[in-house]
Amino acid sequence: MKQRFSALLLGVALGFVASGASAQDKTVKIGVLTDNSGLYSDLGGAGSTLAAQMAIEDSGLAAKGWKIDLISADHQNKPDIATTIARQWIDVEKVDIFMDVLNSGVALAVNNVVKEKNSILIDTGAATSDLTNAQCSPNTVHWVYDTYMLANSTGQALVKAGGDTWYFLTADYAFGAALERDTTAVVQKAGGKVLGSVKHPLNSSDFSSFLLQAQASKAKIVGLANAGGDTTNSIKQAAEFGIVAGGQKLAGLLLFITDVHSLGLNVAQGLNFTETFYWDLNDGTRAFAKRFSERMKNKAMPSMVQAGVYSGLIHYFKALEAMGGNPHDGAKAVEKMKSMPTDDPLFGQGSIRVDGRKIHPAYLFEVKKPSESKGPWDYYKLVGTVPADQAFRPLSESACPLVKK
Amino acid sequence: MQALYAQLLVGLINGSFYALLSLGLAVIFGMLNIINFAHGAVYMMGAFVAYFLLNLGGINYWWALLLAPIIVGIFGMILERTMLQWLTGLDHLYGLLLTFGIALIVQGVFQNYFGSSGLPYAIPDQLKGGMNLGFMFLPVYRGWVVVFSLVVCLATWFLIEKTQLGAYLRAATENPTLVRAFGINVPRMITLTYGLGVGLAALAGVLSAPINQVRPLMGADLIIVVFAVVVIGGMGSIMGSIITGFALGVIEGLTKYFYPEASNTVVFVLMVLVLLVKPTGLTGRAA
Repeated sequence: MKQRFSALLLGVALGFVASGASAQDKTVKIGVLTDNSGLYSDLGGAGSTLAAQMAIEDSGLAAKGWKIDLISADHQNKPDIATTIARQWIDVEKVDIFMDVLNSGVALAVNNVVKEKNSILIDTGAATSDLTNAQCSPNTVHWVYDTYMLANSTGQALVKAGGDTWYFLTADYAFGAALERDTTAVVQKAGGKVLGSVKHPLNSSDFSSFLLQAQASKAKIVGLANAGGDTTNSIKQAAEFGIVAGGQKLAGLLLFITDVHSLGLNVAQGLNFTETFYWDLNDGTRAFAKRFSERMKNKAMPSMVQAGVYSGLIHYFKALEAMGGNPHDGAKAVEKMKSMPTDDPLFGQGSIRVDGRKIHPAYLFEVKKPSESKGPWDYYKLVGTVPADQAFRPLSESACPLVKK
Repeated sequence: MQALYAQLLVGLINGSFYALLSLGLAVIFGMLNIINFAHGAVYMMGAFVAYFLLNLGGINYWWALLLAPIIVGIFGMILERTMLQWLTGLDHLYGLLLTFGIALIVQGVFQNYFGSSGLPYAIPDQLKGGMNLGFMFLPVYRGWVVVFSLVVCLATWFLIEKTQLGAYLRAATENPTLVRAFGINVPRMITLTYGLGVGLAALAGVLSAPINQVRPLMGADLIIVVFAVVVIGGMGSIMGSIITGFALGVIEGLTKYFYPEASNTVVFVLMVLVLLVKPTGLTGRAA
């Protein structure tokens, strides 16, 4: 008798849970999928998980009765591993939203899974502009930067300064190819010429052969269409082989503050490149960076990828609150996010376009000389700003099916 | 044609690292019968020790060349005494798994504290700058690496193949019981040999610190290639590993020129070919 009664109670309880879920579900599960152990782990990795944690705390949603869970995993820069994790997260772990997902090859693969399963991807780490162009999806928002923006800002500035012949050192995967393609377009449009390029395998340690080929090309600009350790090693070894001393200029098309930190100002000084976030831009970024670095194991300042995780989640939470509950419907949530203007202390005011592209200004930086720097992490001088509406690929040139023409 | 000379030279430079590392592996395998998967980790430790000596102790590159191999060598000997020695007589697989585990732990610890992008280490002032050879600009430091590692490789070969100590060592691997009967402390010799092999890797680490970033994963990226070099050259053959090290550096350099996309794979393609034709490696003898 007692047993039957408790079974009955259980049934009632389950009924409540089920009905609660349909009306006002206030549970969210966030998955940070990133490189936790490889060459990109400093610019994403544990810092991205920390940024997500900070966004959850700062959102104040827990006090309003929300239950927010956070998990993270290492995709090892392998698209197959990433998609396996993604499917498991969606099917078993019931993850609502994917954050970070750096590495363009990985991002394009996860983008497909997320679309198929109607989940959400806010990509803050991958560079390829295809995520909001030919491969755009109603479930994906590309938050921080992309290859078109990098090419447009850095490429144009360098051609204007007289660098009208280019040679590329390109990482041999989706990202490098996209960056080279987009930069080539910008250079040619501005009247410059691309003399050639060499594709190197991802995660190479020796670049001397490639640098010699760049040297022999006599191009004025050696464009580094790679990232992370590949870029820092290229820059360091270019100095060794007298590339800069010989009159050629290096263009780090994608550099992060963690790269500059690891190179040291002696080697990195004078480099021009574009980012959309720097910790020392204004009071808002400084306050966030201070809190962030205090909680980082090596006291590192946030990279733009990590800042993007925070900023993207803050906006996602705003959309959830506006909807009054979690619909567990990726496309619907993204639709809501696109309808609201974005505003946070890290990236300022902005918006998300119909193709999923998050819009904000881009900053052209120059690395300080050692004498100009006041200490660790004081590395950048702002030399130019591209307004939000000009920084990214105009919708008129978009191949994204979501854009109605 | 000029570009080709340049690529040959650059290949030789990379070959120096392969030679130094595969030499250490060959020494350890030859004497201890251990496939030392921790080799990449100790190579990385060599670079880190050089970094710490400079930044914490103010000790320059030249002293680091001497001290780092000794410090890391001692670390290696402690490993051998406390762990590896218990594996004598067991299958190769046990040594491989143990050293692989050690490598993962060491790399994980370094990555936890220093991140993945690495730390800067400058080229010493005496070796800065470069020479114009007509067909290429050769950084002085790279030239130094080739010459220095060649000398170290040949010295190691001489030590093992031509001296009394080397003779004891080789005898101890052939028949430890008999050598012990002559009053030679075999376990101590084995510990020292492991220290020597590890020290060679650390030396390569110091040499590479000014060229690459001092990164926790610098060894992991290299070690697989070095294993392929050892397999091609023939496990346990000292001269074989030196020559294949340099030769594969050159072949890889040429690939970087003719078909750069394959430069990370060419060594493994060669390995497959060699294993098909001569499973003991180019210079190896059948067991």
